[in-house]
Amino acid sequence: MTAAAVQAPARRWSREARVNTALSLGLLAVPLLAMAAGEPFWVTLATRAAILALAGVGLNLALGYGGLVSFGHAAFFGLGGYAAGVLASHGMSGRPIVTWPLEIGGTTQMLAIWPVAVAAAALGALVIGALSLRTTGVFFIMITLAFGQMAFYFMVSWPAYGGEDGLPTYVRSRFPGVNTMAPLQFFAIAYGWLMLALWLSWRIAGSRLGLALQAARQNRQRLAAVGIRPKSVLLGAFVLSGALTGLAGALYTDLNRFVSPAMLSWQTSGELLVLVILGGVGRLFGPVAGAMLFIALEHLLGGISDYWQFFLGAMLLMVVLFARGGIMGALAGRDG
Amino acid sequence: MAEPVLRAERLSRGFGALRAVDEVTLELRPGEIHALIGPNGAGKSTLIRLIAGEVRPDAGQVLLLGRDVSRLDVARRARMGLGRTFQVSSVAPDFSVLQNVALAVLGSRGGVFGLWRNVMRDEALTGPAREAIADAGLSGRGSVPAAALSHGERRKLEIAMALALQPRLLLLDEPMAGMGVEGAAELGALLSRLRTRVPILLVEHDMDAVFALSDRVSVLAEGRLIASGTGAEIRADADVRRVYLGEAA
Ligand SMILES: Nc1ncnc2c1ncn2[C@@H]1O[C@H](COP(=O)(O)OP(=O)(O)O)[C@@H](O)[C@H]1O
Ligand SMILES: [Mg+2]
Repeated sequence: MTAAAVQAPARRWSREARVNTALSLGLLAVPLLAMAAGEPFWVTLATRAAILALAGVGLNLALGYGGLVSFGHAAFFGLGGYAAGVLASHGMSGRPIVTWPLEIGGTTQMLAIWPVAVAAAALGALVIGALSLRTTGVFFIMITLAFGQMAFYFMVSWPAYGGEDGLPTYVRSRFPGVNTMAPLQFFAIAYGWLMLALWLSWRIAGSRLGLALQAARQNRQRLAAVGIRPKSVLLGAFVLSGALTGLAGALYTDLNRFVSPAMLSWQTSGELLVLVILGGVGRLFGPVAGAMLFIALEHLLGGISDYWQFFLGAMLLMVVLFARGGIMGALAGRDG
Repeated sequence: MAEPVLRAERLSRGFGALRAVDEVTLELRPGEIHALIGPNGAGKSTLIRLIAGEVRPDAGQVLLLGRDVSRLDVARRARMGLGRTFQVSSVAPDFSVLQNVALAVLGSRGGVFGLWRNVMRDEALTGPAREAIADAGLSGRGSVPAAALSHGERRKLEIAMALALQPRLLLLDEPMAGMGVEGAAELGALLSRLRTRVPILLVEHDMDAVFALSDRVSVLAEGRLIASGTGAEIRADADVRRVYLGEAA
């Protein structure tokens, strides 16, 4: 993994910077070309890629920089998704969400929904992280998986919001000055968030917290010996990570105008891990590259064979065995 | 006499039936290098770990700067000024030398809750880090990845990290092991210079280095402190000769 992340940003236009720019422009070009070609479906695919990339940028904070293999990030994705779905459905029906101790209603304004989704996911990550970080290694993977499954079964068995059938919201929530139902405009929102999250993630990686976080990945004993509690650092990163993934979940609900327990399933956690690893663990744009490839494979191979995930698995195996830097490693070099 | 910076008070720690450290009482005073010697498996590293807070004692307590720190964790004790190196060098291998040492500056000053400034451009961090690097004799090696350092340089990096903590005491666990004659001599000179700045509890196997450097020597055998005194007293001690020096000769 990379030490470059915490060094002062390179003055010269590094190879990694060029690859990052190409990926940003590539993802932007897809929906524009698709609209020109009259293929709005491709806009939806690009939006899906941007949202999954955003979730991956969140996961990468914990996994890539902190070395925390979380198999439970679907819980945060789903928390954000359900926060958006529940608020929007109440916002439309006008029924309050709770009436006691004070009345709280829903809303169909994204600007109000996002903070709630982020806060819900962050709170979830705080609780799950605090408990899971008592363990390390395989146990950490298993316990985050277990918490993810708890969240999944909770939503399946809670009938108020559709249980296992999920909760349709019919129309996307609103954003001032934007027609969110227009595919390209909704893409712009998702893309804007992705770029903002990448910037944030870059700043964090180079910050004091980022330095400590990357040290925690490498050597917790050493970090403690210089006066920094590894668990506090990792928990802080886990909360930020969950918050970003929760924001992606809220956007995902709006994209589909539907939220269901599938968002919380272990497969979702697995897919997020897969796309970060495919793209390049600990690389700023790894989740972007990974999400684009993931969506492309899902669409292209999924049309040919129901077993496309088998090919995905094979590719993942190749990455793990032969190309540990993932796509970013192949395109931009081992250490960027 | 000045108040000791460190006092271990009847510290004990067992692993299963083994009494790795058995009622050890020991002091480190300002301005001294206090050597801790003893055969392999005597419990030296375990004693260091007890003092640093990495291992919980079964009984006894640790006083740091006159304060009972028995309930404080490793990070807390480090921030109080306890700097240490490990018997097996322990650094962040992907980081450069400068990043490693900046991390230690971060730990002792300010903490991790800055999200915005780029750390490696923050003079408040890199300034003291460069100083510590120079003090440890690693000038000019700041941008080298820790993984690419020689064994001896990695030892120095650990010392630089400990110094960056603005330590009130240093615990060095066999810093000269595997360094070669020249490296050991160089490190000996470095420790000798440091003595006036910060007292050192030095675990060391190299007897020549121990007797040349230290003001006092304590001998550990099978978890028990069997002797404590000046170098000359220890050399003359019959028990010590039997369990330790005899073996080494
Ligand atoms: N974590 C541990 N679990 C079990 N036994 C241990 C552990 N740490 C040390 N020991 C045992 O305690 C004894 C003292 O070890 P140590 O403190 O490393 O000795 P020294 O540093 O003097 O060579 C040894 O017998 C060692 O095997
Ligand atoms: Mg030892």
